Amino acid sequence: MMAMDWGYLFEVSLTGIASGGLYALAALAFVLVFKATRVVNLAIGEFLMAGAFLFMTFAAMWSMPLWVAIPAAVLACGLLGAVIERSMIRPLIGEPEFSAFMVTIGLSSILVGLAELIWDPEQHRLPDFMPTQPIMVGEAFLSPKVFWGAMTAVVFIAAALLLFRFWRGGVALRATASDQGAAYAMGINVPRVFSLAWVGSAMLAAVSGIIVGSIGGVSSTSMGVFGISVLVVVIVGGLDSVLGALVAGLLIGLIEALASTYLGGEYKLVATFLVLVVILLVRPYGLFGTREIERL
Amino acid sequence: MTANRTEPTTPLLQIRGINLSFGGIRALTDVGFDVQAGSITAVIGPNGAGKTSLFNTLSGFYRPDSGSVQFKGQDITRTPAPRRARMGLGRSFQNIALFRGLTVLDNIKLGRHAHLKTHVLDALLYLGRARREEAALRRDIEENIIDFLEIDHIRHAPVSALPYGLQKRVEMARALAMQPSVLMLDEPVAGMNREETEDMARFILDVRSEWGVTVLMVEHDMGMVMDLSDHVVVLNFGQVIAQGTPQSVQNDPEVSRAYLGSGDVRELRARLQAAATVRRAA
Repeated sequence: MMAMDWGYLFEVSLTGIASGGLYALAALAFVLVFKATRVVNLAIGEFLMAGAFLFMTFAAMWSMPLWVAIPAAVLACGLLGAVIERSMIRPLIGEPEFSAFMVTIGLSSILVGLAELIWDPEQHRLPDFMPTQPIMVGEAFLSPKVFWGAMTAVVFIAAALLLFRFWRGGVALRATASDQGAAYAMGINVPRVFSLAWVGSAMLAAVSGIIVGSIGGVSSTSMGVFGISVLVVVIVGGLDSVLGALVAGLLIGLIEALASTYLGGEYKLVATFLVLVVILLVRPYGLFGTREIERL
Repeated sequence: MTANRTEPTTPLLQIRGINLSFGGIRALTDVGFDVQAGSITAVIGPNGAGKTSLFNTLSGFYRPDSGSVQFKGQDITRTPAPRRARMGLGRSFQNIALFRGLTVLDNIKLGRHAHLKTHVLDALLYLGRARREEAALRRDIEENIIDFLEIDHIRHAPVSALPYGLQKRVEMARALAMQPSVLMLDEPVAGMNREETEDMARFILDVRSEWGVTVLMVEHDMGMVMDLSDHVVVLNFGQVIAQGTPQSVQNDPEVSRAYLGSGDVRELRARLQAAATVRRAA
């Protein structure tokens, strides 16, 4: 039997959990829209892509300083979310949930197509903006990009949770998620909550896209692959659960890191989907999801 | 407070000629009545008479095909529901519509939501205004609404775990937190036992006398309607077939026919149509 290298295992696990933080952030963006509007946004990966490409355009092509380019990309992506909600999602209020689901499939193709027209299908590197000093946790080495990416994700997740809990809009969003009719009668402007959810989600996705892109680069298809893992995360966590998104994000990150290290890179997605299958068998509504959620 | 009611003032709510149909089904036909400030007005009628449709029209969920609703002298026929809530139309629902998963206190606090002012930055820092506003809101709700409705013991319980009667009471508390001038209650005592019904009746009377809130309710419990109301409006097949004091409505032959049945629906309908033509001609 092969001797276990505990130090190495620790290092791999740490990297896995740190990348899991990025899944958690993107999953939060997904859950935000699902909770408020019951729309399964299959184009979540493409929102990350949009954020990353916008950042690249602002920083590298228009040579804006980083502290302008990042917020500008996030805001532009938020605007994109608002336009998409208003033009493609709002007209479907009252239609079967499946219609909106299909629209997001179309949306992801449109976004990929647009990205290939405006930029090109090649892999791009994003400008470096994170510290390059290696991070040591005890004996374990952690890639600085992954570490700082995870830290940024933690900050944004915390901010999102605070807003959810204490801001009027966050409270309105939770109320709308619970009962649209009652929220409407309480004086909550439900259509505005819808657009708020899409804008917030697009902005979180942009942040997460910028981080993921600066770690591994960005192309018109790479973020779609990341998006698939994010969908696994939200299904495992429970589509409408914020806590589920966070826990499942870390869990999937850890499992992917372990599988690709000990079994080989080609097993990474196999392991992820194995977890998905097991969870769906045992708890079809996800780890923390509401029971009456429809299965996908 | 009684002096107020006897003075002739402009009604708080004026409902005129409301027509509402869903496809070929006419839910409401030429419905019109007034709700006087400080009154308890009840809308009664057999199942399917259009009572809840009327409520949904008044609170802005449905747009009537024609007719108008005036509230505090303003035409609100085209005003969206959230804006009406802020103007002072609070309501509860026939099938309880509480925010499940939240506690009783959080549910009630949400009633005040439309009146709060906290902004994004306040909330992010949870400093200053957000904290002060939330503390004040909580104190106000605990001292006034929760004690008043005697739900102190369950304030931290999740609403979905509560028995039906208490859920109804929480829904009323949430509607009161909206600081309404008209409280609209859709079947406040449906499915309640005697004791719960009497509690609710007492609360409704107290809301009017202590808070000065006008009450408009839909209810099936005739005993309660007759005891509490100042004004009763009877709907049948989407039309107002009688209105007036509880006494006069009780003695109206048309009302007893609607409730006890004439044995022949077609005959009843023909009679209603005849009555409508007479009213229109008059």
